[in-house]
Amino acid sequence: MVQPENLGRILDEHPFFAGIPGDLRALLIGCAANERFDIGQFLAREGLPSDKFYLIRAGQVAIEVDVPGKKPIILETAAEGEVIGWSWIVPPYRASFDARAQTLVRALSFDGACLRKKMEADHSLGYEVMRRFVPMMGHRLQTARMQMLDLYGPAVVKARKGKAG
Amino acid sequence: MNAHARNPAPADPMMPHPFRIERVRRELSDTFTMEMVPQSGGGFRFRPGQFNMLYVFGVGEIPISISGDPGDGAVLVHTTRAVGAVSQALDNLKAGDIVGVRGPFGSYWPVEQAFGHDLVFVAGGVGLAPLRPAIYQAMANRERFGKVVVLYGARTPADILFRKELEKWRGRFDMNVMVTVDRVAGKWNSDVGVVTNLVAKGGFDPLHATAFVCGPEVMMRYVALALEKRGVALSSVWLSMERNMKCGCGLCGHCQWGSDFVCKDGPVFRYDQIADRLSVREL
Amino acid sequence: MPGFDSPAAAAVVLDKGGLDGLIAGLGAGGFRVIGPTVSGDAVVYDDITSVKDLPAGWGDEQQGGRYRLVKRQDGALFGYTAGAQGWKRHLYPPRQTLFTARRKDKGYEVLPPPPAPPPMAFIGVRACELAAMAVHDRVFGDKTAPEPGYQRRRAAAFVVAVECGQAGGTCFCASMGTGPEVTAGFDIKLVELPARGVFVATAGSSAGADMLARLKVAAATEADKAEAARRVAGARPAKIMDTAQARGLQAKAEHSRWDEVAKRCLTCGNCTMVCPTCFCSSVEDSTDLKGETSERTRTWDSCFSIDFSYIHGGAVRTQARSRYRQWITHKLSAWHDQFGGSGCVGCGRCITWCPVGIDITEEVAAIAASDQGR
Repeated sequence: MVQPENLGRILDEHPFFAGIPGDLRALLIGCAANERFDIGQFLAREGLPSDKFYLIRAGQVAIEVDVPGKKPIILETAAEGEVIGWSWIVPPYRASFDARAQTLVRALSFDGACLRKKMEADHSLGYEVMRRFVPMMGHRLQTARMQMLDLYGPAVVKARKGKAG
Repeated sequence: MNAHARNPAPADPMMPHPFRIERVRRELSDTFTMEMVPQSGGGFRFRPGQFNMLYVFGVGEIPISISGDPGDGAVLVHTTRAVGAVSQALDNLKAGDIVGVRGPFGSYWPVEQAFGHDLVFVAGGVGLAPLRPAIYQAMANRERFGKVVVLYGARTPADILFRKELEKWRGRFDMNVMVTVDRVAGKWNSDVGVVTNLVAKGGFDPLHATAFVCGPEVMMRYVALALEKRGVALSSVWLSMERNMKCGCGLCGHCQWGSDFVCKDGPVFRYDQIADRLSVREL
Repeated sequence: MPGFDSPAAAAVVLDKGGLDGLIAGLGAGGFRVIGPTVSGDAVVYDDITSVKDLPAGWGDEQQGGRYRLVKRQDGALFGYTAGAQGWKRHLYPPRQTLFTARRKDKGYEVLPPPPAPPPMAFIGVRACELAAMAVHDRVFGDKTAPEPGYQRRRAAAFVVAVECGQAGGTCFCASMGTGPEVTAGFDIKLVELPARGVFVATAGSSAGADMLARLKVAAATEADKAEAARRVAGARPAKIMDTAQARGLQAKAEHSRWDEVAKRCLTCGNCTMVCPTCFCSSVEDSTDLKGETSERTRTWDSCFSIDFSYIHGGAVRTQARSRYRQWITHKLSAWHDQFGGSGCVGCGRCITWCPVGIDITEEVAAIAASDQGR
């Protein structure tokens, strides 16, 4: 069992909650747990209850969607210093995508139900959490839109005369 | 007659010089690299970021940036994506064939101006080709810089240009290379996501960084925003613009943009000097 | 103007016979003589061999979208204002062969160019047209890439300027600082005194002085000079372009007036074809049927065509508003930064020859009058 003071140190090492007031930090730590995922393990499964989010401490996570008959499509990756999961804030608290460990992943997880209750009771905690999640969600939205642009264009299909480079 | 009749006739900037293709290398399904030498002997000097007008007999002429090493004046290297009639005609040429060359034209990546800074290259798609000469120049003067960082975004893993070279660079201790792709299915353990994400992650000191950005215009606009968000001075960000060009030397008017000709005042511009223009539609 | 030396310019008077002698003398001196002549109900600048080719007794009536030749009672040879097209078509022709090449082995060889055509002498160049030539001298005189064909034709050209005796309906040279007085850039300047059928002539270069010296002339009296000065004083146009407002266009890229003018503009490009300073060109390749010989040709192009801004995948300027804005902001605004002056000389041709009569001076005034925008 990881002691709360160790969880606090881990929390401080990650940029996501940097600058949060001490009393609110203590409330956060009360909902936190230290976790590790081996390669191929899932941090979240699309459609299943998702009552957690993760601050990634080490390793890389693929956010992906499974396509029957094809290989899963990776939409984005997240690594050390980043955050995975916002479905815990939005009812009905189900994950929108799969999140799969591409490497050994170490993460600090937070129990969504636990945190929601504390945020409801202490709106200043709610504000401090939301003001960090909104930019993260905005960033995800922006990058998703940029991917939709298909900036570099599809490969040009042209009739080649059986010529190799 | 008046006095300027006595001046000798200047060389015609519209007359191409014949170059012989020495080698053609396929880079991607639609992208290839040609090495060529002047038919009349001698070499070719240029600065990183400059371009040539390449003429294919009977077909036409297009602007193509130079992708080779500016330190190697013996051979001229161009990397081209076959998207139009002339570039596809270029793609059909083989070693020994002749290409007409006019140039070099345009402004260049100010590598020397970045001495003392972290140097950040941000490339998207085939935009890595016009940056490669500047990367070579930077690595030839490696001790002059802090970190040298290459951030590269491609569509899929199959669209990564100069992949072997990127892998080689990534293996160096004095270079930081990050590659991301917009989409992938199957095995890929590097980053997935847009290239702006790498700007947020890339290890460099934003207060002492110079960034050279090359890719589609939309990509460069977002990269510039990401660099600004990261704290890089807008006067330290340089972009390479693209517009229609028929002459390469300010005579044909096609690339006129604001108060500049992209061919001769650009293609490399300092971001803070063009940012206003980038937000005007159809300028 | 570089190149034009300034000998002590003693004004002389020559009659129509003297002018005929000038035209003949230039022809005999190896020049292709080009001057105003009536063709297709308009005054055009084309080959002439004597004063008989000049538009004797013709004037013109110009307004937005309208050009008519009208008979004059005084028989003036230069009684029109600006010709339908300027001298651009001679100094920078609409089609120029860059080179012709023939397939050879795995490449091609460039065929020797045809011998250079003879130098040209221009008769009847107006003040605004001299200003347009000075603009092109800068456009085609870039230090690193001067345009050799233009340089050669321009340097060899003999310029006989004629000062305007009246303003046309669309002219606004005075506000652009380009006329109506002819002050520089000529070998010989003429002021026509139609009532007497004579010209007051001044040399602007030693070549011009040499030419005048060979003609039968009389010294100009003070009265002749005063009469010449009165002629040009009566030629100041009423129409005005506010040059400061014009220069400010670049800052008004989102003005709502662009949408308004786009509703009228047909994007036909007439304005760019008749403009004496528009210089844009394209290059095309034409190959014979066997693919053995190929010619590269430079042709005039217009920023009003969609293809003008094409980059792989599509055109940058798809809308009429963008293309009209490009034309006028480049000419009036960006030109200052690029070439050290305005690209407009106030000749008014773009107004006259616009099929819907769009008036560049009105557009500038309307855009300057408000900040309405997107």
